[in-house]
Amino acid sequence: MRTPLFFLMWLGIAAVVFGLALSSGNDYVFFAGYVVLQYVVLSTAWNILGGYCGYVNFGSAAFFALGAYSTVAIYKFITENEFYRLPMPVLILIGGAVSGLVGFGMGYLTLRLRGAFFAIATLALAVVLQTLIVNWDFVGGSRGAYIVRPEEIAPIGPYIRYLFLCMLLLAVAAITIARLIEHSRLGYGFATIRDDELAAEAAGVPTLKLKLIATTISGALMGMAGAPFPYYIGYLQPASTFGLDYAVNSIAMPLIGGTTSWIGPLVGAILLGSLQQIATVTISSAVNLLIVGLLLVGFVIVAPNGIVGLVQTYLRRKPPEFVGRRHVETQSPETVP
Amino acid sequence: MSALLAIDNLSKRFGGFVALDKISLSIPAGERLGLIGPNGSGKSTLVNCICGTLHNEQGSVEFDGRKLDGLDAHRRTHLGLARSFQLPRPFVSMNLADNIRIPLLYTVGARGIHLSQHLIEERCATLLREVGLEAKARHMPRDLTQVEMRKLELARAMAAEPKLLIADEAMAGLTHSEVEDILTLLVRLNDQGVTVILIEHIMSAVMSFSRRLVVLVSGKKIADGKPEDVMRDPEVERAYLGQ
Repeated sequence: MRTPLFFLMWLGIAAVVFGLALSSGNDYVFFAGYVVLQYVVLSTAWNILGGYCGYVNFGSAAFFALGAYSTVAIYKFITENEFYRLPMPVLILIGGAVSGLVGFGMGYLTLRLRGAFFAIATLALAVVLQTLIVNWDFVGGSRGAYIVRPEEIAPIGPYIRYLFLCMLLLAVAAITIARLIEHSRLGYGFATIRDDELAAEAAGVPTLKLKLIATTISGALMGMAGAPFPYYIGYLQPASTFGLDYAVNSIAMPLIGGTTSWIGPLVGAILLGSLQQIATVTISSAVNLLIVGLLLVGFVIVAPNGIVGLVQTYLRRKPPEFVGRRHVETQSPETVP
Repeated sequence: MSALLAIDNLSKRFGGFVALDKISLSIPAGERLGLIGPNGSGKSTLVNCICGTLHNEQGSVEFDGRKLDGLDAHRRTHLGLARSFQLPRPFVSMNLADNIRIPLLYTVGARGIHLSQHLIEERCATLLREVGLEAKARHMPRDLTQVEMRKLELARAMAAEPKLLIADEAMAGLTHSEVEDILTLLVRLNDQGVTVILIEHIMSAVMSFSRRLVVLVSGKKIADGKPEDVMRDPEVERAYLGQ
């Protein structure tokens, strides 16, 4: 399927989802759905570097937080100077640009590192950025920052519906970008990096350049996911924005869904995100990470290639033409974090 | 005749260990060169320095009139330098056709030649046919036998349309008839104008293929000449058979 058609199809699906949410007549659906969609974007973004290239990023929360804090910084600047309030899509683009830039910088500094060393470096980046934010009074420092969300926005109604719609469109954009990459020359290049970097260079693949592209796109999408967050949460503090939840979920969701295809993170995020939302209202939000941990252990043992891998294994019983071109039955230890 | 590959005074150290010691070598276009030496003599290190996987501290490498020093491995491939690996390194998540597609997309494409999707498919099929793997185009590398894996390595290197191909122990672990298969391939490639450096321990293969033989021992070049002459060289005999 051609990309424009794929994009239109997902826009159609998004319209149906939004319509169903509206028809529920309950705004909690928007609150819960926003979180699930946010994870769709985060896990899709993580997968561009972690799944396609095999570079495990433990610093997802930092990129997400950068997007969120760029919104806070703009909000503070606007309220202090009584400027015109920027629309959410512009804030999302700014958040994406800031995180993309940091992603590029991180890539430039760390991409000669591989495996566990790269993962540790991304973790270190998260710690450094959190320390910077904690010490930056303008965005609230360790005390956090309050964002006053508008009650309503015309013609959609309650602001949460607008945030949900923004995140829905962002999720459509993220999976379209991920699919476009996967089926392009760039995607082939990313897959060679994941498989064997030395052989990739010998085949003429400019691995460093491709990795920089991956860190930039991945970082930008994570920042975009974070940009509307202050308006969603109302009160932003470093401890929760840089929290373990985002880092762990954005890794666990693609791993559970499957990392070699755009559909894996989508499936993983919807499954895990929905389960966590159900657990939050039925048990407690404290069990969210427990759910992730248990599912991750289960999948590593039963289906190391995730749900998509399970389906592909089933399809492999049919002639090879029916199988996705980049199916991996057993991943090498380097690609499994 | 001007040299396609000119190595001048090349040295490489790993800490205190001298892996290559002032190697100089000039290889004209169209050459069939055998590079031999005992294990640990520096053959693979030399290949890695030529191909850009390792960077030499001293000396220089010139390919097709251009200095390669400091150039990344992929740029050297774009210039026409291809290699196969001692241990096959296929792209395990891709089928055979896609393995061949990579150099077509990234190396041939980098030379400013735009290949349509149809042409790429056609070239993949042709290359796989040339190495006898056409029927397995949609198979994954894990389905291949050892000799097929070696052939895939060569086909992927050939897809880069190289001027110089370095086959690093492409016949290790193969049976006599399989060695013949690979040799036929290399000879055919050389007939098409590709310069070939063959690194090998199977002496019968090296002797039947090479027009020139270079011997490395402990990082030093100890002999360079016609295969028959080199094999009679007392220093080479000493290196292989001992005192």
